[in-house]
Amino acid sequence: MKRSITRLLMAPSVIMLLVWMIIPLSMTIYFSTIRYNLLYPGQNNFVGLMNFEFFITDPGFFPAVSNTLILLLSVLIITVVLGVMLSALIDKPFFGQGIVRVLLISPFFIMPTVNALIWKNMMMNPVYGIFAWISQSLGLEPIDWLSSYPLMSVIIMVSWQWLPFAILVFVTALQSQDTEQKEAAQMDGATGWHIFRYLTIPHLARPIAVVVMIETIFLLAVFAEIFVSTGGGPGYDSTNLAYLIYNQALLQYDVGVASAGGLFAVLLANIVAFFLIRAVGKNLTV
Amino acid sequence: MSYLTITDLQKHYDSYHALRGINLDISEGEFVVFVGPSGCGKSTLLRTIAGLESSTGGSIELDGRDITEVASSKRDLAMVFQSYALYPHMTVADNLSFALRLAKIPDAEIQEKVRSVSASLQLDALLERKPKELSGGQRQRVAIGRAIVRQPKVFLFDEPLSNLDAALRVQMRLELARLHKKLGTTMIYVTHDQVEAMTLADRVVILNAGQIEQVGTPLELYRQPNSRFVAEFIGTPKMNLIAANKIVRHEDSLAIELLGQQINFPANRLKGPLPDSVVVGIRPEHMSLVEEGGDLSGRIELIEHLGSEAYAHLQLSSDQTIIIKAPARTELKDGQEVSLKIDISEVILFNENDRVISVIPEEV
Repeated sequence: MKRSITRLLMAPSVIMLLVWMIIPLSMTIYFSTIRYNLLYPGQNNFVGLMNFEFFITDPGFFPAVSNTLILLLSVLIITVVLGVMLSALIDKPFFGQGIVRVLLISPFFIMPTVNALIWKNMMMNPVYGIFAWISQSLGLEPIDWLSSYPLMSVIIMVSWQWLPFAILVFVTALQSQDTEQKEAAQMDGATGWHIFRYLTIPHLARPIAVVVMIETIFLLAVFAEIFVSTGGGPGYDSTNLAYLIYNQALLQYDVGVASAGGLFAVLLANIVAFFLIRAVGKNLTV
Repeated sequence: MSYLTITDLQKHYDSYHALRGINLDISEGEFVVFVGPSGCGKSTLLRTIAGLESSTGGSIELDGRDITEVASSKRDLAMVFQSYALYPHMTVADNLSFALRLAKIPDAEIQEKVRSVSASLQLDALLERKPKELSGGQRQRVAIGRAIVRQPKVFLFDEPLSNLDAALRVQMRLELARLHKKLGTTMIYVTHDQVEAMTLADRVVILNAGQIEQVGTPLELYRQPNSRFVAEFIGTPKMNLIAANKIVRHEDSLAIELLGQQINFPANRLKGPLPDSVVVGIRPEHMSLVEEGGDLSGRIELIEHLGSEAYAHLQLSSDQTIIIKAPARTELKDGQEVSLKIDISEVILFNENDRVISVIPEEV
């Protein structure tokens, strides 16, 4: 009796979640097995695994997979390493600490599209950009970032976007670090570096695991920055899986192949998640 | 010969004067306890000695070396914290050896030291455990072990027993006393618990509002406090204090009127001038019940039975209650009228500035 009431009360949210997940997923699976090109309406016959074959043999496929993984790993490394260092730096009280913290965290509140536009037009533009101005004032040739180093440009933008998140988590975690432990280490003869190495880093193990996991979820699906800045190019140099799927569906109008790509992305995300959770997940149980 | 010398030590926080000129000499091997109410500066004083707080004046000298400006890591002191402050992600063995590893001592020597310390503190079986897998008492022992293993010049304890339950506290107190006997190292111990202070200390330093109120052996402080503050702070239950306004000086005695009755206080035990009014201090155990002809009389309000003894709260007048100590199996009843005899040799007098103006006679 009690059990059935519990189930009844939980039902709306469970059903909602299921609908939310199952319907899009099953539709994607369905689309991936039929011929579904917007240019040829009405010809929706079953094609088996042909869409998958098309997607995997697409010249953009391998660049997209490797770009996705390079982007993911680079941004993770940059945000975690810089995040830990900056958080440790601003942990001790200093004049203007509040303002510095707000400034460090504010990029997180900027929309990805706006972020990409700022970097594209104000920072990396070879004519008006600040980087170009810096190069010129040093007497160097300005670099056209978006066409010369497209993937690196995207990595910089996305890192700038996600560093605040890492800092936010790490600063909070550092505030919960026991001061008596640090003092005990000081009495034990530890220098600032020793305390950072032997107390702060282990203390941050769990927050680092959390940051890596959450960022992974979002970084596998980076889209707006690429769409606004490089458009995936030149060639496929900055195309990731999400952008390739968009390319298939809305530039080549082939929803079937795009759906197959979407399913492949789900597969990739699961593979990455499997290794990541094995690598960092053990920190969560400590 | 003084080992640790503190001279006119000052500590100012922004607008708060936490230590107001502390002067203290501690000999080698001594067990000194800082005690006082919260906010009296005892922890600040300990942390300043440790170098975790910087002083704003005065100097600290350890074994002939001025350490006032030396970093705490270079002072050769070890500290046991109230929260134990064990390194949570290191095993007990790593916790014990952390300082030695930082000091780049050879591995074999580290292992030998860790082994002997863990044996003496019964930590052998726990060496591979993490702090969170230990009980409170075990953590406490690891924290102490971490201090011992370095063989520092002075041990500092910051309320180390206050997180333990009552039974364990008594046991650890005993272990600390044994440890001090065995090691013979100088120890400074901060507590707000006067029982710990009395039982552990060679000398007790009573602090009040950032100043040293009195320094002495536990018994000195108990029998001959300098001030009303010390008299009230040391001893459980508290010393009874009764104000007396009428004092008549006779040739060899003072007739002090206490709540309408007169007691005679030997004049030769008075030091300094006689003020107009005094406060009479009597400890609960220095009064006894008599059938008649007592110095004080009152009605029993409440009896607290502790098993080994009983404390009776007596209403002497409308605004004056006192506590007396009675035998465990007392016949006393609530509401009963009783008469008290005061042991005049243990009475202490305070002047209106709360300073003591009497001396206790030599022990007979």
